[in-house]
Amino acid sequence: MYIYDNYDQQIVEDRVRQFRDQTRRYFAGELTEDEYLPLRLQNGLYVQRHAPMLRIAVPYGLLASRQLRKLADITRKYDKGYAHITTRTNVQLNWPALENVPDILEELASVQMHAIQTSGNCIRNTTTDQFAGVARDESIDPRPWCEIIRQWSTFHPEFARLPRKFKIAVNGCASDRAAIEVHDIGLEAVHNDAGELGFRVLVGGGLGRTPIVGSCINEFVPWQHLLGYLESILRVYNRFGRRDNKFKARIKILVKALTPTVFAERVAEEWAHLKDGPITLTEAEVQRVSKHFTDPAYLELSDQDQELAALDAEHPGFARWRSRNVVAHKKPGYAAVTLSLKKTGIAPGDVTEKQLDKIADLADQYSFSEVRNTHEQNMVLADVEQRKLFELWEVLREHGFATPNIGLLSDIICCPGGDFCALANAKSIPVAEAIQERFDNLDYLFDIGDLDLNISGCMNACGHHHIGHIGILGVDKKGEEFYQVSLGGSSGREASLGKILGPSFAQDAMPDVISKLIDVYIEQRTEEEHFIDTYKRIGIDKFKERVYASNN
Amino acid sequence: MRAIIKNDQVIDDQWTLLSAEADLDEALRTEQAIIPFALWQEHKSQLQAVKPLGVWLESNQAVEDLAEDLAYFSVVALNFPVFTDGRHFSSARLLRERYAYTGEIRAIGDVARDQLFFMQRCGFDAYAIRADRCPVDALQSLTDFSVTYQAAYDQSLPLYRRRTA
Repeated sequence: MYIYDNYDQQIVEDRVRQFRDQTRRYFAGELTEDEYLPLRLQNGLYVQRHAPMLRIAVPYGLLASRQLRKLADITRKYDKGYAHITTRTNVQLNWPALENVPDILEELASVQMHAIQTSGNCIRNTTTDQFAGVARDESIDPRPWCEIIRQWSTFHPEFARLPRKFKIAVNGCASDRAAIEVHDIGLEAVHNDAGELGFRVLVGGGLGRTPIVGSCINEFVPWQHLLGYLESILRVYNRFGRRDNKFKARIKILVKALTPTVFAERVAEEWAHLKDGPITLTEAEVQRVSKHFTDPAYLELSDQDQELAALDAEHPGFARWRSRNVVAHKKPGYAAVTLSLKKTGIAPGDVTEKQLDKIADLADQYSFSEVRNTHEQNMVLADVEQRKLFELWEVLREHGFATPNIGLLSDIICCPGGDFCALANAKSIPVAEAIQERFDNLDYLFDIGDLDLNISGCMNACGHHHIGHIGILGVDKKGEEFYQVSLGGSSGREASLGKILGPSFAQDAMPDVISKLIDVYIEQRTEEEHFIDTYKRIGIDKFKERVYASNN
Repeated sequence: MRAIIKNDQVIDDQWTLLSAEADLDEALRTEQAIIPFALWQEHKSQLQAVKPLGVWLESNQAVEDLAEDLAYFSVVALNFPVFTDGRHFSSARLLRERYAYTGEIRAIGDVARDQLFFMQRCGFDAYAIRADRCPVDALQSLTDFSVTYQAAYDQSLPLYRRRTA
């Protein structure tokens, strides 16, 4: 992974000093609440229901074991002994004291971490595929490009006060696990017919209040011009994006208002000025950054298909876990393992300090000391030897990471919701837990198969409810919490947005509602269909009839 | 006379900022006036001979519309109605980098310390700090960071063209 040099380190240290002084001035009354707000937000610090919440950046989800240990340490020293993995692959602390945040940032800087631009109206953490660099279907490793974008976007002077937040995702795979179609900018690394590397650029996708799939504005931007092109997009947005209404301020509204074609022309005009200027990327820089993402010291191994099949036969639990939580690896004899943070009874994405330390140990022991966070709020050991899978499974079980539910109904994406978040209209974690409890029979879960269930506590859509096969949105009706259900959303290629089923439900009705939806699927499905396929074939009506019929 | 930051120092301001309602008379009788852009557009022919002259833009006014007239102005002031409105960060870069404007670019309006580092990178060289804040204190913000990644007005090369191993 990327290792800071003196320049990178200096920047995070300067930031700690700057934020320490800003916080001092706030407490001294030299900065008002309103003035301090955007400053602390750009450092990931929200003031929430119970306490400030600090969002720590994990660039494109990559963490080293020493960083995990530092996080564990910080949660012990400054928080309540646990952390939360977010849908932007960051790490969130729910209970730090405001006056301690400068010290926390200083500790983070000591392991090359920070909280820069994890919130506020600026360019946020760039995300990518959790299996980047190891996926079998990958054609271009997106990680060096993510790092190049990270550096360009870090304290970019022109884009420090954008109309609204701005999210970029990069994909380099046949499948799209980075959900690039629902980002402000989605980049797909591709080769053109001449074999040259470049990027297909999508703009104006996003969830939130006005969910929309992004439009392609350039089929191929040569890699040398990536930053110049991004700078052109951001400049057009910074100048012409709406600032009069927070809910109309995302770039998707501007792209829609201008039409993607006109927006693309504006960007091209801007780019004509920047193209071939100093912002042009150099071969040397791409090589310098790429060197940090070369293969680790893999052993020459062969795939263990037979041995693993034998273990499967002997240990059904292992077989189940392997079928859901283990994926193929580009290197023979290796596998990528997802640690489920979705055990029933634990808030989705939460991880304790003990678990963080344990994961760090496992990373050292099994996966070249690295871990990845996923936007589904799980963690990944990306380079595990297949011959060690069984022993790893036994350790994971002991520590609560082996729930074999990756991609299943109980692998719920869920925002912190009304229990923690000041923006939320409704709680989300108790709804997730009630559904997980209803569907805790593994045989049944496996029979239901692939299903994305996403829950957001408000229409800011941090829980990505629009792109869940089943999406749940917390809404406020005259001071009471209700839940709106949508069906048919999906991320990945051919992303689609869910359609609202009908009137919303009370919290305690939710497990029943989900059960009825699943019943319809089970009755209607053909053998090879997943939930989303059946939905696409039969439409929403049968689901609607079942759910609302019984309410009468 | 109001104190402003100019070229990294606190000095007494020699200029008078005219409000958006100012008329031609006021512009002609004020020495070293910074006039609203709309007034310039309306009375360009009468104002062309006035020297020195400054102009200021609202945050929704585009520098492109001023570009051909830049030679008339010793000061271009860019107004921040609220400090969270970042449009003029782009305006300043365009004035410097695209239109090669070498006069003063001044930040006016809701301008306070914590924007200054970014502003200077974009090409501002003068800051009328909000009246209730101390410009001397604000000077410190100009050195918030000792390293920057991007090319901008203050640094023509991005770090990746400057890094030494």
